[in-house]
Amino acid sequence: MRVMAQMSMIMNLDKCIGCHTCSVTCKQVWTNREGVEYAWFNNVETRPGIGYPRLYEDQDRWKGGWSRTSRGRLKLKSGGRISKLLHIFSNPDLPEIDDYYEPWTYDYDMLTKAPQGTQSPVARPKSLLTGKNMDIKWSGNWDDNLGGSQETAAADPILATMSEHVKMEFEETFMFYLPRICEHCLNPACVAACPSGAMYKREEDGIVLVDQDACRGWRMCVSACPYKKVYFNHKTGKAEKCTLCYPLIEQGKPTICSETCVGRLRYLGLMLYDADAVLAAASIENDHDLLEAQRSVFLDPFDPAVIAAAKAEGMADDWIEAAQNSPIYKMIADYKIALPLHPEYRTMPMVWYIPPLSPVVDVISSTNSDGEDARTLFAAIDKLRIPVEYLAGLFSAGDVAPVESSLRKLAAMRSYMRDINLGRQPDERIPARVGMTGTTIQEMYRLLAIAKYEDRYVIPKAHVETARELEELGCSLDTDGGPGMGGPGENAKGPYGKTPGMPLNATVDNYNEMRGGPTTPSSPGRMNLLGWNGKGAVDGMFPPAAPAGATE
Amino acid sequence: MSALTFLLWVAYPYAAAGVFIAGHVLRYRYDQFGWTSRSSQTYENRLLRWASPMFHYGILMVAGGHLVGLFVPKQWLAFFGVTEQIYHLGATGLGSFAAALTVAGLGILLYRRRFVDRVRMATTPMDVVMYVLLTGAIGFGTIATVAYQVVGGGYDYRESISPWIRSLVFFQPDPSLMAGVPLFFQLHILTATTLFLLWPFTRLVHVFSAPVGYLVRPYIVYRSRDAHRGTGARQPRRGWAGSQLPTRSSDRRP
Repeated sequence: MRVMAQMSMIMNLDKCIGCHTCSVTCKQVWTNREGVEYAWFNNVETRPGIGYPRLYEDQDRWKGGWSRTSRGRLKLKSGGRISKLLHIFSNPDLPEIDDYYEPWTYDYDMLTKAPQGTQSPVARPKSLLTGKNMDIKWSGNWDDNLGGSQETAAADPILATMSEHVKMEFEETFMFYLPRICEHCLNPACVAACPSGAMYKREEDGIVLVDQDACRGWRMCVSACPYKKVYFNHKTGKAEKCTLCYPLIEQGKPTICSETCVGRLRYLGLMLYDADAVLAAASIENDHDLLEAQRSVFLDPFDPAVIAAAKAEGMADDWIEAAQNSPIYKMIADYKIALPLHPEYRTMPMVWYIPPLSPVVDVISSTNSDGEDARTLFAAIDKLRIPVEYLAGLFSAGDVAPVESSLRKLAAMRSYMRDINLGRQPDERIPARVGMTGTTIQEMYRLLAIAKYEDRYVIPKAHVETARELEELGCSLDTDGGPGMGGPGENAKGPYGKTPGMPLNATVDNYNEMRGGPTTPSSPGRMNLLGWNGKGAVDGMFPPAAPAGATE
Repeated sequence: MSALTFLLWVAYPYAAAGVFIAGHVLRYRYDQFGWTSRSSQTYENRLLRWASPMFHYGILMVAGGHLVGLFVPKQWLAFFGVTEQIYHLGATGLGSFAAALTVAGLGILLYRRRFVDRVRMATTPMDVVMYVLLTGAIGFGTIATVAYQVVGGGYDYRESISPWIRSLVFFQPDPSLMAGVPLFFQLHILTATTLFLLWPFTRLVHVFSAPVGYLVRPYIVYRSRDAHRGTGARQPRRGWAGSQLPTRSSDRRP
């Protein structure tokens, strides 16, 4: 047994209102740069829908993820090692920029510089690739339900796998939103496909990252990732992906998408798992068994044997404690309401979802029935095949049983808690029907519905006892080129765009430095406002205060 | 030996080789981030899908042919029974095939560079310089091959050019060997030398990151947060590393 910790996320889809705040804040933080204009480390899809990039789930076309050979071994769907090297000059499975969209900007200059005329000036869209005028035809959430997903949703690859009787009468059936980030898989196909070995999984928290210095731009990761969550920066020629905001996670803070989530539907916490068991679990024969196989890889953080093994691996006590308090563990292992996205890709994804009950409730409510009555809900879950089958296509490789079980628990919680909230005697038969007790239902309710900040995010800080804390404490004079050399020129161009001075390293230390008191060293009577974080005052910032009692 | 002969066939090749080696070492040490093939496949795939493998496989064959032709002495091959005639037929046949593949691939790639907007806009000035030299070297080489080996009676470069290259490698340069070499071979060599001179400063560096290690490494790579990078996301830039007390192991506390 090799105990490893994995920082994981769960999203409660019932709460997602599709506001795209997560996508926007993520973009502002990570991908508002040249070359990754089209990259959405976080995106929100309307389902049924074709997703982003278009039809990414069609693995017959993109060959993402792993496949199991007849001899029971796992093989990258896009081909083995030799095949990968033979195709290195042209990746046959690579999405083109048009499968995402052509990035654009507007020539805003026209608005202020156009000569006076009879018509108002217009800022036309200009392609960021060619600089020419362009028609905007697609974008990151172009098939949003507000943008007309009815037009494209019929092409959804999941619908294609469903039984033929499913008719796509979109407005009469159902829809929900699916926010997606990198899955930080336990068995990541992108890492396995990288010829340079530049992609890696962090030993401490399992976050999958790209070493920007080691990446040589072979693009195999882009096609190998079945979720298409590795993006090729076409300006730097390097792969980039969701980092799970590791600088924040290391600090014990939630990712930016979680922090800014309006619906407060994201949960972050640790899962302990047995790294030695991953490959066998991912190689299991039947797709329907993959969910249970992945569950079996997770370790019980309360088990003394696991704790001993974790300590032997050097895991700190506060990390074990965090694993015990993890909301992720509760939802995956205790309540069993969370499910992985596309387990059949065999990458062992670690961003899980609580399937939405709301499509079912909506259908019941539209018939003027009681959408919170347990019996009605249970019957509807059994009867409404379309949503359940569709959700099963997303979250359990087509096996409806886990989705039904999860939805029934949500339904039970809904009607059990209604009785309590209305001051009635709670009906203990309801939790019993889904194999739970009233107490666990109430705990689950607290986690899902009350969703306190500290319950949603249980993130242990990274350990930096390596005495390097001072390594990167910057001096305000540390600008590129140095103070005596005039600093960065007008044309200073780094991978992160034009920045004043040296790019700040994204580190724990730096974060502390920035958010603590005004730490930037100031010489007497002078103060560098760039290094001031707005908190407190430093010497030299204001003129000396007048002595007490003095009047003007 | 005239000054020009010395300059062209001794000084310049050595200078180019020096810059080639030193340039690669320096760039590898200081510009890992810039070390990439900067693929344009995401911009345009229809042409590249055919042209890029054609060019790359072609040029690899060409490189292999050059290695044999230039660095394996005639006598060694003769020892194994490869006569001048067999060699000439083989080299010309295989060489022409490889050249056709390379030239066709390069032609499509050049067309793509020039006429596909997205690709053209992503082309840097250094790319243009590189393309000119690459096209020049391949073009002169092809012309020389066709004119002397395919159509003409055959020029035995293994009596002149090959010994000259080896004389450079063994640091006993003999530029006189190059005196009678036909013009197109000379032009081919000079453009190629210039290409090698600029090589480390172009995207051609990606040749030296051919990922052969992929064949033997484990699929899933784990790395510790601390092992490689310290606590930072990247190492301090050169010249900006924090000062550290030089320590001797004997000074460390137990």
